[in-house]
Amino acid sequence: MSVADLLHGHEVVAPIVLPLVAGSVLVLLEKAHSRWVPVVSLAATLALLALAVGLLLQASSGQVFPYLLGNWQAPWGIALALDRLSALLLLLTAVVASGALLFSLGGDDRQGAHFHSLFQYQLMGLAGAFLTADLFNLFVFFEVLLAASYGLLLHGAGQARLKASVHYVVFNLTGSALFLIAVSLLYALTGTLNMADLAVKLAQLQPQDARLAQAAALMLLVVFAVKAALLPLYFWLPDTYAAASAPVAALLAIMTKVGVYAIARMTTLMFGVGAGGATAGVAAQALPVLALATLVLAAIGALAATRLRGLVAYLVVASAGTLLLAIGLGTVGTVAAGLFYLVNSTLVVAAWFLLADRISAARGGTDLLEPRALAQGWAPLGVAFLVAAVAVAGVPPLAGFLGKTWLLQAAGQTPLAAWVVALVLGSSLAIMVSLARAGSTLFWKPGEAAKAPSSMVLLPNHPGHIWSISLLLAAVLAGALAAGPLSAYTGAAAEQLLQRQPYIDAVLGARPVPAAYDVREEMHQRMNERGDLK
Amino acid sequence: MLLLLALGIGTLAGCGVWLLLRARTFDAILGLTLLSYAVNLFIFAMGRVKVGAAPIIEAGKSFTLANTADPLPQALVLTAIVISFAMTAVLLAIALRAHAQASSDHVDGQEPRP
Repeated sequence: MSVADLLHGHEVVAPIVLPLVAGSVLVLLEKAHSRWVPVVSLAATLALLALAVGLLLQASSGQVFPYLLGNWQAPWGIALALDRLSALLLLLTAVVASGALLFSLGGDDRQGAHFHSLFQYQLMGLAGAFLTADLFNLFVFFEVLLAASYGLLLHGAGQARLKASVHYVVFNLTGSALFLIAVSLLYALTGTLNMADLAVKLAQLQPQDARLAQAAALMLLVVFAVKAALLPLYFWLPDTYAAASAPVAALLAIMTKVGVYAIARMTTLMFGVGAGGATAGVAAQALPVLALATLVLAAIGALAATRLRGLVAYLVVASAGTLLLAIGLGTVGTVAAGLFYLVNSTLVVAAWFLLADRISAARGGTDLLEPRALAQGWAPLGVAFLVAAVAVAGVPPLAGFLGKTWLLQAAGQTPLAAWVVALVLGSSLAIMVSLARAGSTLFWKPGEAAKAPSSMVLLPNHPGHIWSISLLLAAVLAGALAAGPLSAYTGAAAEQLLQRQPYIDAVLGARPVPAAYDVREEMHQRMNERGDLK
Repeated sequence: MLLLLALGIGTLAGCGVWLLLRARTFDAILGLTLLSYAVNLFIFAMGRVKVGAAPIIEAGKSFTLANTADPLPQALVLTAIVISFAMTAVLLAIALRAHAQASSDHVDGQEPRP
């Protein structure tokens, strides 16, 4: 039985409704029944995981599944659409969220108020941003996930967190202002906000509007580049991610992917090279170059990091750079390789944030990269560090290697091939060096520092800590073992992404479900009687 | 009237950006507020400025944009106003807390060293 049968055709909107209801129920439960809060939150997140698996199976058929919110036909009402790419990102969100939530049960969720409700609202915003096919609706879901992330970031405040929050909020609010300007400009030019309809209308634009349309398109890309941490706009990220609590930082690892997803969707559907009109391929030249520069700076940042959390934050920037490079090169091969790499890198970076928190706990609460005494029983942390380092640096046995190799192979036919090969390999080497240095400082040098006082024992890890890190690393290993089916899926997703027409046809072709009592029918009749419709 | 509206939006946006670039949280918040006013007016103007036309269908008139104002940008402005108002409130709360903790309203939480 598929999810579509189970939910009577409302399956596409379910990943948005489920966290919304769960988050609201959690607000009510918080005071009187606080014992139940983690249980409900975990149950909702696992239900989202199951739902995402169901949607992935549904989307793997290759169809685009539109959903009309409010039952109005597409260019007039708001539409959602599920295709392979959005299903993949939904599943990734659910897996990372399950890991982060399990970890937070180890005590991070009790540092401040409303953790679980904010967590669910964040999931709602993420799911909405991945599913929507309407530009203004995308803005609204961006605001939902940002508002939740402001609250989560401040969770269990502190000087560093407050400072990072002020920067993060101001930066993102300015981004929102730009987003609105771009959206309203596009509306003024085309008279529509539906992304599929925009894709059609932008190609038919009058030549005198070309410059305005290009300005709007580039402004949109700037906004998404802020979220995705592309070169001139990534400065907020390392401080913010290093200051957030571990489960929040792990969840934020998927937030940069919202920016990447939005850029992928816009540059293929609306501003693709083959889209036609003045905005076709508007940033096709700049995107790969900026992505390569981002990659270089991320590698330098990783080498220069003095704290483990800072190092991990630069791993996020490097992953975003690689992904945007894959999307910017814009062939089916590179996009497929990029999506394959996205799965691996998101999971492993989320695991990294959780792991960094446990490592600093084992060292008496500091993650400065200098020799410190380690508490007893640190060996499993060392093993996890090794696995995560291998996965993120792109060293052979794991999927990070496969993803990068595939990307390099696919980039061979593009004009930037030499630069891509040199800089991707160079940045991988720099990241490997910085991780090797961090690992040897953390685990091999403590003998040189003061001997660990016998009183310093590793606090017994909460089962949530162990389970969450194991779950995420197991998912990374599974990604390497199931590389065949996974690469087949991402390949198909890339092909679907680059074919605009099926998406446009599906969204604009969706018909409202006939209602038992149709208000619109009655309205239409009355207007006919009064002679309003002529 | 169009010129007046454009000048108004430009002045608001310019003042907003200038305030935003100052390194004080209070100035930044005021800047963001002005910027969001400018954006709201801009969205409104993008629906084409029209005098004496309601964004609803009137009896006896055909419903083309010649007779009515475009209702969609007005709905968008409403959403944008609500969101920017709420976000300003959140930012004010964060800034107040940062000020109470650091006893400085510099955006970095400490006065720059001379």
